[in-house]
Amino acid sequence: MSQVADHAHAEHPPHLHHHFHSSAQQAASAKLGMWVFIAQEILFFSGLFMAYIALRYLYPKTFLAAHEHLDVSMGALNTVFLITSSLTMALAVRAAQTSNKKWAEINLLLTIGFALAFCVVKYFEYSHKFHLGIFPGKYYAYTHIPGNPEVFFGLYFVMTGMHALHVIVGIGLLLWIYLKTRTGAFSAAYYSPVENVGLYWHLVDLIWIFLFPLLYLVK
Amino acid sequence: MTTATDVIRPGGGPSATGHAEEKDYLNVDNSIMSWLFTLDHKRIGLMYLASVLFFFFFGGILALLIRTELFTPGADFLTYFVSGKNAAELKLAAADLYNQLFTLHGAIMIFLFLIPSIPATFGNFFLPLMLGAKDVAFPRLNLFSFYIYVLGAFFFLYTLASGGLDTGWTFYTPYSTSTNTAVIASTFGAFILGFSSILTGVNFVVTVHKMRAPRMTWTRIPLFLWALYSTSLIQILATPVLAITLLLLIFERALGIGIFDPAMGGDPVLYQHFFWFYSHPAVYIMILPAFGVISETISVHSRKHIFGYGFIAASSVSIALIGFLVWGHHMFVSGQSPLASLLFSMITFAVAVPTAIKVFSWVATLYKGSIVFNAPMLNALSFIFLFTIGGLTGLFLATLATDVHLHDTYFVVAHFHYVMVGGTLVAFLAAIHHWWAKMFGRHYNEWCGRISAIFVFIGFNLTFFSQFVMGSQGMPRRYFTYDQVSPELLSIYTRMHQISTVGSMILGLALTFTLFYLAHSLFFGKKVHNDSDLRWTGESMEWKTATPPSPHNFHEQPIAYNSPYDFKEIDHSLGGGH
Ligand code: HEM
Ligand SMILES: [Cu+2]
Repeated sequence: MSQVADHAHAEHPPHLHHHFHSSAQQAASAKLGMWVFIAQEILFFSGLFMAYIALRYLYPKTFLAAHEHLDVSMGALNTVFLITSSLTMALAVRAAQTSNKKWAEINLLLTIGFALAFCVVKYFEYSHKFHLGIFPGKYYAYTHIPGNPEVFFGLYFVMTGMHALHVIVGIGLLLWIYLKTRTGAFSAAYYSPVENVGLYWHLVDLIWIFLFPLLYLVK
Repeated sequence: MTTATDVIRPGGGPSATGHAEEKDYLNVDNSIMSWLFTLDHKRIGLMYLASVLFFFFFGGILALLIRTELFTPGADFLTYFVSGKNAAELKLAAADLYNQLFTLHGAIMIFLFLIPSIPATFGNFFLPLMLGAKDVAFPRLNLFSFYIYVLGAFFFLYTLASGGLDTGWTFYTPYSTSTNTAVIASTFGAFILGFSSILTGVNFVVTVHKMRAPRMTWTRIPLFLWALYSTSLIQILATPVLAITLLLLIFERALGIGIFDPAMGGDPVLYQHFFWFYSHPAVYIMILPAFGVISETISVHSRKHIFGYGFIAASSVSIALIGFLVWGHHMFVSGQSPLASLLFSMITFAVAVPTAIKVFSWVATLYKGSIVFNAPMLNALSFIFLFTIGGLTGLFLATLATDVHLHDTYFVVAHFHYVMVGGTLVAFLAAIHHWWAKMFGRHYNEWCGRISAIFVFIGFNLTFFSQFVMGSQGMPRRYFTYDQVSPELLSIYTRMHQISTVGSMILGLALTFTLFYLAHSLFFGKKVHNDSDLRWTGESMEWKTATPPSPHNFHEQPIAYNSPYDFKEIDHSLGGGH
């Protein structure tokens, strides 16, 4: 598109890309794209959930014994952080839709704060495990759990690690949206980036809602 | 939501005015940068075309090396490329090389050629044009997925440079966690390529949903787009499973997390389930776009409305959906439960039904059509013939009792080459000839096109029909030599392998010839000045734009008043050739 000489488009708002007819078409496309992308994400994680099911079926006793060594209260705290962040995210989207810039900024900052808090807790959990010698796979060195707990912890690290990676990407996206909000890019007429990052963030939250009971609350 | 000025503006997009000298998408800007940073779906399609062709020829050379080795029963040809102190060592080293050759051949052909082949090239080029849109919904994402493809391809080349790969394209555990070849680099490459495929799929689905021309209802979408749409659904829903599988395999190899490796407590059959959950649907990623191409070419070159439009469209979607439920037919002898095998076998038969509906519809379209035997049509007819053989032999493999005998023999090799080469590659050739003049504004030589189509057909059948014969006689796949068998078998195997090798040389020459006359036509081919110079046109919207298309595709928003297959009449005036 860029090769074409720019024409003056009096009727074109600045955010509207050249190949769309209308803002509504552009926003609907972006939203559908995000939903389809979310479907992709769910299938990605479903692989991990299937692996979990297969291995838990193979080693029920090990899973029971090993999960005792995860810190339920830390996991619960993180669950609260993420659920609250989903709320602040939803409020931020609403604020953007109603052109309430200040309130959108506050809520985005809160969301980022909760996301960071989640990472901090995760950091403490991981480092505690490493301290005990609970490393992934063949580096596993903690001998107090019967069975083959390295399989459980291998899964634990991969599942929570993949999720944490999504949280970190989410923080990046939220920061980008926050900075754009500050420049006044969003209003009732154009807010689809906020909305779509919101969708992504709810997905990240949702996956954790499944991970938490599967890993921490086996009993 | 939509304001009055916001709605579609009939009577011309912005570029309708202000162009004295019309530029097309090719000559609008010739700088390298304008190509590397282009957001134009047509240019991105061409960059994909150049890349997939490069890898196709690369993978093809590997195949010819394999075939040369198999010309004789013992170890010979490949021993010239390795070193060793004595005959036994030499043979072992050559066997290793052989394993690497077939692995790289398969992996390159599947991940770098077949998966992106039709969707990323002709799909990118024609999807917006056929919808009457200015571009795909997310042009930047489109360019991004091209660069992801390039990055993934680099990992494959890196694999080649750093010790190769000898697991087979399937990366089965536990061998893939214990071999000392570059498994991590290549699986990471495939992982990256997967995202390119997913993002292209997302782009196409959204484009088809949101960017259709006014009055283009779902029943006025060209069948090529129904095929691409179904393909995109698979790309979006199956590829992420491959991504996580390969990631887990990388973790397994690097950290030993014990998910797939039995030594660590994992389950190797779980790996097979994961892998085929992607890779069976992936065979439909490869073939559905080919079906779409055939629907277009058969209809245009017999000047007849496609027979059974609704059935063809619905069968694309149903193949895509049922295709998710049959992966276990690759695992009949893996030790999965007999009940599972039984169900997978039954569902596999079910997939053959929508596939057959398509074949019957194409044949019915030909009936009483005004058929022109030009290069795209010859390739399309060749497709129908070859794909039918490929599909029917799939049923032998889907039958439990016969598969126990045929599994891991050359019969399977012949089956999937009939569908992937006889199917996808031949459809790719049909597409390239069908749309060549539209894309480049130059004509290729029609006689060269016909000759190539015929020799591809002959070479292909010699190469692969012989493999059905030796496979049914028990010749195992992935074997480096076949001299340790009874004299009767030895004579059958040798004869068949020799026919196959000779056929592969004919096929290789025919394809090289194709590359040459097409490249030649880019510079010296007869120019298309206006639409009446085109040897054929269709009724779908890609024929309603300039040749080659303008950067913005359309000056006026086209409107879909009727079906894309409503040819004015059966047109007998259209002779092929010059
Ligand atoms: C009617 C349709 C089809 C049926 C019933 C069918 C059935 C099968 C079965 C049962 C196998 C497993 C054989 C074994 O390993 O023992 C197989 C293998 C295979 N098929 Fe098909 N198939 C069909 C169409 C296709 C298509 C359209 C493609 C690709 C474009 C394809 C590509 C393959 C490949 C690549 C393999 C071998 C994979 C490997 O082990 O490396 N098939 N097919
Ligand atoms: Cu299959």
